[in-house]
Amino acid sequence: MPTLASSLLQSAADVPSRIAIHLQQAGKDDIAMSYAQLIERGTAYASALMAQGVKKGDIVVIILPHGEALVYAWVGAVLMGAVPSILPPLTEKLAPDRYRRDLAALTEITKPAAIVTYETFASEVNLALAQSPTKIAVVIAELVAHLEFKIENVNFEANLPSEIALLQHSSGSTGLQKGVALAHTAIFNQLRSYAAAIQLSEADVIVSWLPLYHDMGLIAAFITPLMLRVPLVLMSPFDWVRAPQRLFHAITHYGGTLCWLPNFAYNFCAQKIRERDLQGVNLATMRAFVNCSEPTVYSSHQKFAARFGAYGLRDGTLTTCYAMAENVFAVSQSVVGEAPALDESPPDGREARLSNGKPIANVSVKIVDPDGATLPEHTIGEIALQSDCMLTGYFHRPDLTEKAMHGGWYLTGDMGYLKNGEVYITGRKKDIIIVGGKNVYPQDLELLSSEVAGVHPGRVVAFGLMDERAGTEEIVVVAESDIQDEDEQQTVADSVRAHLTRNTDVAVRVVQLVPLGWLVKTSSGKVARTANKEKYLQSDMAA
Amino acid sequence: MDISTTISQYIAAKILRQPKRVIKPTDKLISSGLIDSFSLMDLSAFIEEKFGVRLDDTELNAETFDTVAQLTEIVQSRQ
Repeated sequence: MPTLASSLLQSAADVPSRIAIHLQQAGKDDIAMSYAQLIERGTAYASALMAQGVKKGDIVVIILPHGEALVYAWVGAVLMGAVPSILPPLTEKLAPDRYRRDLAALTEITKPAAIVTYETFASEVNLALAQSPTKIAVVIAELVAHLEFKIENVNFEANLPSEIALLQHSSGSTGLQKGVALAHTAIFNQLRSYAAAIQLSEADVIVSWLPLYHDMGLIAAFITPLMLRVPLVLMSPFDWVRAPQRLFHAITHYGGTLCWLPNFAYNFCAQKIRERDLQGVNLATMRAFVNCSEPTVYSSHQKFAARFGAYGLRDGTLTTCYAMAENVFAVSQSVVGEAPALDESPPDGREARLSNGKPIANVSVKIVDPDGATLPEHTIGEIALQSDCMLTGYFHRPDLTEKAMHGGWYLTGDMGYLKNGEVYITGRKKDIIIVGGKNVYPQDLELLSSEVAGVHPGRVVAFGLMDERAGTEEIVVVAESDIQDEDEQQTVADSVRAHLTRNTDVAVRVVQLVPLGWLVKTSSGKVARTANKEKYLQSDMAA
Repeated sequence: MDISTTISQYIAAKILRQPKRVIKPTDKLISSGLIDSFSLMDLSAFIEEKFGVRLDDTELNAETFDTVAQLTEIVQSRQ
C-alpha cells in the first residue's frame, strides 16, 4: 500500500518530466509543474520545516492562496511525513481579529508544529499564536523560494500507510474544531474505488477551480490526479467566480475530460456567462461534470445542458455524486455517460429528485431510524455508511468520533433514502446551511448577529432557503430588536450583514429585524430554527 | 440620471432586490458584503451595457473599487 509521499516519489522516478499540474492565474501565463519539479520544490519546504524542528507525524497548517507556493508547501509537508492541513487565507472581507481568534482556537485543538504562510500574513499568524503554550514555527513561503539545499542531503522518514496523512477542516468556528483525520490507507482505498467508479485513467484531464481547503477540491481535484498521474488544470476560485468562462476555456485548451462542481455552479455558468465570452469553447472532450457537495437539483442540470449543448456538451456527461470528508470523499456516484436516475415520486411528496448514484464498490450504505434500525427502500431516514476509507477520527476529539459512530457504522447526519440501490438525499438531520458548496453553521451566524448593537442578544435565528434560480441555499437571518424607526432598522440590518461577512466570509441574502417576542421559542427558551423558518415563510416578509 | 445614481439604483433594485433602498456614494459595497462575489459579474455586465465601459474580471475587487463613487470615477475616466 502506497503513502502520499511514496506515490509522489514513485511518479517522479517513473515519469519525472510528465506535467502533473497546469497552474492558471488570471493575467499570467500558465505554469506547468512536472513531478520532478514537485519533488524538487517540495523538498525545499520539507527542508525548511525540518530545520524548524518539525518531525514526521507533526501537523503542518498551510495558509496560502492559490498558487505555486500552496502546491509546493503541501508536497513538502507530505514528503517529510508531516500531516498537512490547508486553511483558507484571510480575504479582503474577513475581519483580521476574527480570523486570528479562529486560528488560535484551531491551534489549541490541533496543536500544529508549524504554520506555512506568506510574508505579509506572518504577523497576523504570530499574533494568533501569541498565547499558544507550545512552540509553533512560522515558515514564510517567500523565504523558502530562495532556500538553497541539496536533495541528496535530505533524509525523509517514511510514513506507515496506517498513519494519518492529512487533516481536513470545514469552515466556521464550529467546523474548525473538527479536523477530519485521514490515514494513507483510507485515502488510497477511496482513490482506487472512486477511480473505478468513474473509469479514471491517465488519459483523462481534470480541470478545476475548487479551493484546496475544501474536501471536493483537495481529494477529487488535487490528490486524486496527483497520485494517479492524471494531468490537472488548476485555477483560482477567485478568478473563476469573476469570469466563470475561464473554466470552459481551460477545458477547451487542455482537452479536459472531468470536472467537479457544486450545484450552484451549474446555474451560475448557465445564467451569467455572456455569449461572446464563450467564443471558441468546445466541451466535446468532457466525459463528466460531477455535481457534488451540495444538494443536486434536476433543473440545474437542465439549465446547464440547454445552455452548453451548443458548445459540444454531450448527453450523459452531467453526473452526480454524494461525498463527505469523513469518507475521504465519494460515498456514491452516478454512472458516467448516463443521465442520473430521477425519482418521479419521492417519499416526501416533493418534486422529482435526482439520484446521487449507487454506492461506490468499497462503501456500504443503509438508512436507519433514530434507534439505529435499518429502514426499507424508499423510506426516509438517516444515512449510515461503512467503508474501508473512513476517517481515523476527529483529530484530538475522541468524544466527537464516538458520537458519530454507531455499531461500526458512521452516522452522516444527512437524511435520505435508497431506491433501486441508489442514494437519494432529502435533507440534513443537523441544522447546516450549504451555500455555494460551503457548510455554514447557523449557530455561528446567530452568535455573531447577537454581537451587533441593536439586536437583542440570543434572539436571533439563521436558516437557509433554497433559491431555485441560484441553485443553492441563501442565508436568511431574523433578529429581534426594539428599534422602531425604519431608517435605524436598516442601519442595524446592514451592520448585521457587514458583521457576518467580516466574520464568516459568507454572503447573507436577507437580514430581517422583527419586534421583541416575534421569534418562536422552545419550552426551554431556545430559539427554534425550523418553527421560525416556517413562520418567516408564512409572513409577508418572505415575499 | 447621472452615472452615480444609475449605478446606485441598479445595485439596490437588481442586486439587493430592495428598490427603495438608497445607496450612498461612499457606502462600502464589496468589503461590507453588500455585493457578494457572485453578483460582481452582473454589475460588470450592467456597467458595460449601460456605459460601454468594460471592466476586466481581474478588476472586480475591493482594491479597484469599493464604493459607487469609486466605480463612477472609473466609468468616467474610460468613457
